[in-house]
Amino acid sequence: MIGFLARRLLELAGTLAVASFLVFGAVYLAPGRPETFLLGGRGASPQLLAAIRSQYHLDDPFLVQYGRWLGDVLTGRFGESVQYRSSVLGLVGSRLPTTVTLIGMSLVLVLVFGIALGWLGAVRGGAADSGVLVGTSLALGTPSFVAGVVMQSYLAIRLHWFPDQGSGTGFADLLYHLVLPSIALSLYWIGMLARVTRTAMLDVLGQEHVTVARGRGVPERQVLRRHVFRNALGPIVTTAGLIVTGLVISTVLVEAVFTLNGVGAFLEKSVTVKDFPVVQAVALLIVAVFVLVNLVVDLLYPFIDPRVALGAREGDA
Amino acid sequence: MRLYRTCLVFAGALVLIALAAPLLAPHDPNGVDLGAAVSGPSAVHPFGADGSGRDTLSRLLIGSRTALLGPIGVVVFSTVAGAAVGVAAGWRGGWLDTVLSRGSELLLAFPALLVAMLFVALYGPGLLTPVVALSLAYLPYVSRLARGLTVSEKRRPYLDSYRVQGFSGLAICVRHLVPNIAPTVLAQSTVNFGYALLDLAALSYLGLGLPPLTPDWGAMINDGQDAMMQGHFLPAVIPCVAIVLTVVAFNVVGGAWADRISRRAA
Repeated sequence: MIGFLARRLLELAGTLAVASFLVFGAVYLAPGRPETFLLGGRGASPQLLAAIRSQYHLDDPFLVQYGRWLGDVLTGRFGESVQYRSSVLGLVGSRLPTTVTLIGMSLVLVLVFGIALGWLGAVRGGAADSGVLVGTSLALGTPSFVAGVVMQSYLAIRLHWFPDQGSGTGFADLLYHLVLPSIALSLYWIGMLARVTRTAMLDVLGQEHVTVARGRGVPERQVLRRHVFRNALGPIVTTAGLIVTGLVISTVLVEAVFTLNGVGAFLEKSVTVKDFPVVQAVALLIVAVFVLVNLVVDLLYPFIDPRVALGAREGDA
Repeated sequence: MRLYRTCLVFAGALVLIALAAPLLAPHDPNGVDLGAAVSGPSAVHPFGADGSGRDTLSRLLIGSRTALLGPIGVVVFSTVAGAAVGVAAGWRGGWLDTVLSRGSELLLAFPALLVAMLFVALYGPGLLTPVVALSLAYLPYVSRLARGLTVSEKRRPYLDSYRVQGFSGLAICVRHLVPNIAPTVLAQSTVNFGYALLDLAALSYLGLGLPPLTPDWGAMINDGQDAMMQGHFLPAVIPCVAIVLTVVAFNVVGGAWADRISRRAA
């Protein structure tokens, strides 16, 4: 266990190191000269340009620049936003609560409704199952920003049930402002999780041990919970990992629809104005979340299914 | 089965509409008719007009071209490049396999939309930049599949028999291996079409896709949101419906093909 954890953490650090190299290298290779980006399109005298080049060490070799940047990042200095002229860490940090709350609310919705609908389809069959299949097909064709725009038009603007934009003031108000965004964000992933849950449960339902349990007179509720769902958890947890990362990147869209002041909208605006220090930092943050979630899923696996060795997921074989 | 047939007909009709769009569109998609701004459906503008008085139906029809062309580009690029990487890794094995597989794993840590946003930040918006970025992001999914299929196919005796007859590795791969793994890889690519359409529409909605004047569904939603704030829903909701119907149709068709191929293989 300790050895596995150490190896995985090392791999994680390796992935992040290479990812940081890619993110930094991409900006280095970008067409156009970095000092013009740093000026944000404003004209400048040759003296100012030279001053900027030396302030940002732009005349150093690539690897030296990368090394300095990585050293800064490792000590928590992500540099200064070109657009706002203040620390990237502070700018991202102040927007993090909105985004984390949005992701949290959406994740709860996805887990509750995704599993419930998948369970319903697998266990009930018939019309309920057809309904689940059609509903999930529709959900899987509906990107979060489309769902957001449609809900915004009818539930917020026409019916005034919910605010149409902004994050509100205070935590309770924030939760109220995030109701529609979190539904918009979760719809697609509810469809995906329901599909996976349904298939996984149908797979287990066809196995002999379920027939045996029923034959021995175990109550149906208990059969479903302990014998079927418990065994179907593997694919569900793997998908849940995928969903967390999907929610993280989709916040960019939903925050744009509802003009929320979160990290996703910040990334989008920074991309538009080529505010590279912010883009680099947020991109690294997203990759870090991605890698961490994968690690957590791998660590959870042996607890879900003791037959699976640590680090080997189902289907790897 | 009825759903599959409906979706197949819809997808086919959409391709025809996209091909004939300039003939079908009743107005110039960028033509401004200020008197009709945010008007509802009428004889002149069957789906109404947007906030600048541009005909929604014409924009929708012309927009179907980029909506289909972009994902086709992503699917073609990612399939060709991904299959090449996967077959090379699976066939040669050894260090090449290690390098290529590790590289793919690394790419998987970057969500597709993030890769696309990074590319747009660096190279500016347009049709080609997001398509190249998404192709790169989808490549590992294709290469992983192609590598797995190649490894299991390599064990089959028919490939050994070609080697004994003196064919080069490249010739065996191109003429015999690739045709045999192609159906499974192509089925996966059909499914990727839907994802690519969603990602491209999302970028275009954010204003990071096509140039502003090009009629595109994602951008139409963004344009329509202003009119929506004033209570006119059609200009934003109609392209929403178009995206959902198109993606569902292609997903159902692609899923059915993938099912059919995996059943034939089993």
